[in-house]
Amino acid sequence: MADELLNLTCKQLRDKIAAGAVKSTAVVEAVLAQIADIDDTIGAYISTFNKHALETAEAVDEKIAAGESMGALAGVPVAIKDNMCTDLGATTCASRILENFQAPYNAHVVEKLLAADAVIIGKTNLDEFAMGSSTENSGLKRTVNPWDMERVPGGSSGGSAAAVAARMCFAALGSDTGGSIRQPAGFCGVVGLKPTYGRVSRFGLVAYGSSLDQIGPVTRDVADAALMMNVIAGRDKRDSTSVSEEMAPVCDYLEKLDEDVKGLKIAVASGFNAGADEHIRNALASALDIYKNLGAQIVEVKMPHLDYAIAAYYLIATAEASSNLARYDGVHYGHRTESPADYIEVYSKSRAEGFGAEVKRRIMLGTYALSSGYYDAYYLKALKVRNLIRKDFTNVFEKADCIIMPTSPTTAFKLGEKIEDPLQMYLTDIYTLAANLAGVPAISIPCGFDADNLPIGLQILSPAFTEEKLLRIARMFESKTNYHTHRPKPAEHTK
Amino acid sequence: MSELEYKLVVGLEIHVHLATRTKLFCGCELVYGGEANSRVCPVCIGMPGVLPVMNAQAYEFAVLTALALNCKIANFTKWDRKSYYYPDLPKNYQISQYDLPLGEAGYIEIPLETGRTKKIRIIRVHLEEDAGKNTHTLGNFSAVDLNRAGTPLLEIVTEPDMNSPEEVRALAVELQRIVRYLGVSDADMQKGHMRFEPNINLTITKAGSEHKTPIVEVKNLNSFRAVEKSVAFEVQRQLDEFAETGLTMASGNKSTRGWDDENEVTILQREKEEAHDYRYFPDPDLVPVEIDAEWLDEIKLRLCELPIEMQKRFVTEYKLSDYDAGVLTGDRFTAEFFDTAVKAGADAKRVCNLLTQTGMKLANEAGCNVADLGISAEDLSKLAKMTDAGDISATASAAIFEEMVKTKKAPDVIASELNLLQKSDAGELEAVVDEVLAANPDAVADATSGGKKTKKARGFLLGQVMQKTKGQANPKIVSQILDKKLS
Ligand SMILES: [Zn+2]
Repeated sequence: MADELLNLTCKQLRDKIAAGAVKSTAVVEAVLAQIADIDDTIGAYISTFNKHALETAEAVDEKIAAGESMGALAGVPVAIKDNMCTDLGATTCASRILENFQAPYNAHVVEKLLAADAVIIGKTNLDEFAMGSSTENSGLKRTVNPWDMERVPGGSSGGSAAAVAARMCFAALGSDTGGSIRQPAGFCGVVGLKPTYGRVSRFGLVAYGSSLDQIGPVTRDVADAALMMNVIAGRDKRDSTSVSEEMAPVCDYLEKLDEDVKGLKIAVASGFNAGADEHIRNALASALDIYKNLGAQIVEVKMPHLDYAIAAYYLIATAEASSNLARYDGVHYGHRTESPADYIEVYSKSRAEGFGAEVKRRIMLGTYALSSGYYDAYYLKALKVRNLIRKDFTNVFEKADCIIMPTSPTTAFKLGEKIEDPLQMYLTDIYTLAANLAGVPAISIPCGFDADNLPIGLQILSPAFTEEKLLRIARMFESKTNYHTHRPKPAEHTK
Repeated sequence: MSELEYKLVVGLEIHVHLATRTKLFCGCELVYGGEANSRVCPVCIGMPGVLPVMNAQAYEFAVLTALALNCKIANFTKWDRKSYYYPDLPKNYQISQYDLPLGEAGYIEIPLETGRTKKIRIIRVHLEEDAGKNTHTLGNFSAVDLNRAGTPLLEIVTEPDMNSPEEVRALAVELQRIVRYLGVSDADMQKGHMRFEPNINLTITKAGSEHKTPIVEVKNLNSFRAVEKSVAFEVQRQLDEFAETGLTMASGNKSTRGWDDENEVTILQREKEEAHDYRYFPDPDLVPVEIDAEWLDEIKLRLCELPIEMQKRFVTEYKLSDYDAGVLTGDRFTAEFFDTAVKAGADAKRVCNLLTQTGMKLANEAGCNVADLGISAEDLSKLAKMTDAGDISATASAAIFEEMVKTKKAPDVIASELNLLQKSDAGELEAVVDEVLAANPDAVADATSGGKKTKKARGFLLGQVMQKTKGQANPKIVSQILDKKLS
């Protein structure tokens, strides 16, 4: 019974709770039991808010019993990546420097979830400050892939993807700076959407690369992604980069979700996709066949500047990060070294002790890129490349509704396999970075399994602020396949 | 040591706190002082996850000031991060404007002695956020107070166009007068609303060739006196140093010095310009600012007549002395109060005297400016006119002014209540007129002839009456009686 409950989607669960068929309290108890059962092994959560969750669920149940009208996620347990601020508990960014940091306010998206009567179960693990592609850079704990405990869940939103896949919540929020929602979603066999830059407020999201960061949902199917977008999308005046409703109105993403996109044109950059593993290329080809059968036209395109996306990304993201992370200095909050000799040591020792190796590497890389004498050659040039990549997208979107490519060149790799080789690790983001540089929305949906029964992600990208259409395109594929209904059996592995 | 021939060269960097309702990038109300860290929010103390949102009022105040400084206003600017580590800077970067300041290439006209003015060129004007304050009163620890962090700060940089300590002071004072006229800053020196950093060096002529001494920047001066004194001190110090070492800009280093207010000397802080790398880059959390013509026009509507222009107008139009014009234009309310009273028909010099001799004394006592004494410019104008008309004497006018402030009554009401009106009793004056007419039949004949001599004779008779009453007669009443008798 509990297992059946945990297998529901958000939308199904929400409807059952609203109808009084299921109590939110029972669902929360089931989720907490599932966490207690398997999260010692999976390691998806950094913290859980058991008391808060049960109290919220009770309140929801009471209100529903009293016939009150409720929010879009009433009683549904959701998780949030631990780089979004809440006043429910610590916000650590999986860093020792913020291990005990308690934010005095809620992120915009947290306010939105609470307003929708969602039950926030806890905060999920990530690569420290969202810097990484495997969640192995977490300074606090290890998360494994629920499909294979010896493999990584992807990153940096690895905890969110693992929690959704392993039925430890019904949906989660992640943040995506270069693929951090889509890649772990692909690795864990769930749906991950990175919205258009500016669609979801970043207020309360601890910044990594401010011009690239975007919050989005990790869910079990496309409808849930649409449902989550209905809750979190929209203008927030506290984020100057969030886009006004006049420029790009937010719509009901669920309303027409099941309507096929007529005359769909899909762009494919075959040359660019050639670097992916064979089983991934095969899954991609099968996916395109399904779309063709649905009447879609495939357009072969060239996106010549995508080859430079990794270089541009690692200059822009690290430059911004070097500045964004300057505030963690031991002076105002967070970890402070014991008995510093002077104020310089407050900085140098607190930061040396608090940050992990990858964060230090990126801060140094970014500091270098912004230094006088190097700025033009690195940072400025990266911005120019970014513009060229944007143009590549503009050109393609004149000919097609969307672009389809792999989410990652491989399926989930082994723990420890790439951690000693940062460049190999950076290359795993080759297909996801461009969407962040161009600011366009992109979604990863399950599209098959490899020989080891590891999930494969299919990535679909569309023009800025066309999430509604993007979700419909994704739904077209999902409605003809059942990959999204497969679930990992982490419990069996642990026994 | 023989006297060297030299020319002083000074440029100024000035920081002005803008008196906006809230801070530059958050909603904290801008209130000076308060318990340490009581006027802060997650944004201005740089908590994780927060984002800045630009205060449009601060931007408008900045543009308004740049307009008053005759700058070209950029129609597109952006925000940049200036990175350096210091405990009073919570994010360890300051949001500022680097390569695209909001105003450029302007000038400020400063008043010098007796009516002379000089134009000092402005290089740039930009907006940035202020830092907090470090205090070192806790023994082994330093404490940080972030109440001030995020206060909008206007930075103004001049060309090195000033050539005497007096000119530097004059610029500082004039800038204070301007920002107060515009209402964009309280410019209270005591509260650190204005901070000055002069760059000082000398061009010394020795044996027919010119030598430039190394540039000295004096940091953080917050009084007009310190500005003037530190520049004067540097003149002598640099002359002495040159005589001793012969160091020039080419052979010596630029240095930074502090000002010791007690001993009135500058003290070396840093020699050698540290190659400070602030790693400026555009702040990705903020969007660029675009000023369209409509917004700019809206801001321009808020410009007022500048103090220096008013001062000059009072001299040319109202024939005031430059000194009086300077006193009256010290603040905008006094200047406009004066101007309104004069425009209501009173004599400018009379109004000036009333204000400078009585009004300002009263305002000083009340701790306000003359416009806030509770009397209207129209009543002041009336008082001046009564004085000029001879209804009251100049001495009486001061007493009436004081009474007006006290009772808020009109000057004519007070004059009659206090019996300060000059002789206006028609019956009494008629007797005097009759006496004069009887004693001067020739003049009476001329005055009634309707010919050329009429006016002159009439004036003579009036003068006789005034003489007989020892000037106490109200000339208007006398004139009316004469009209009646001679018609
Ligand atoms: Zn604040």
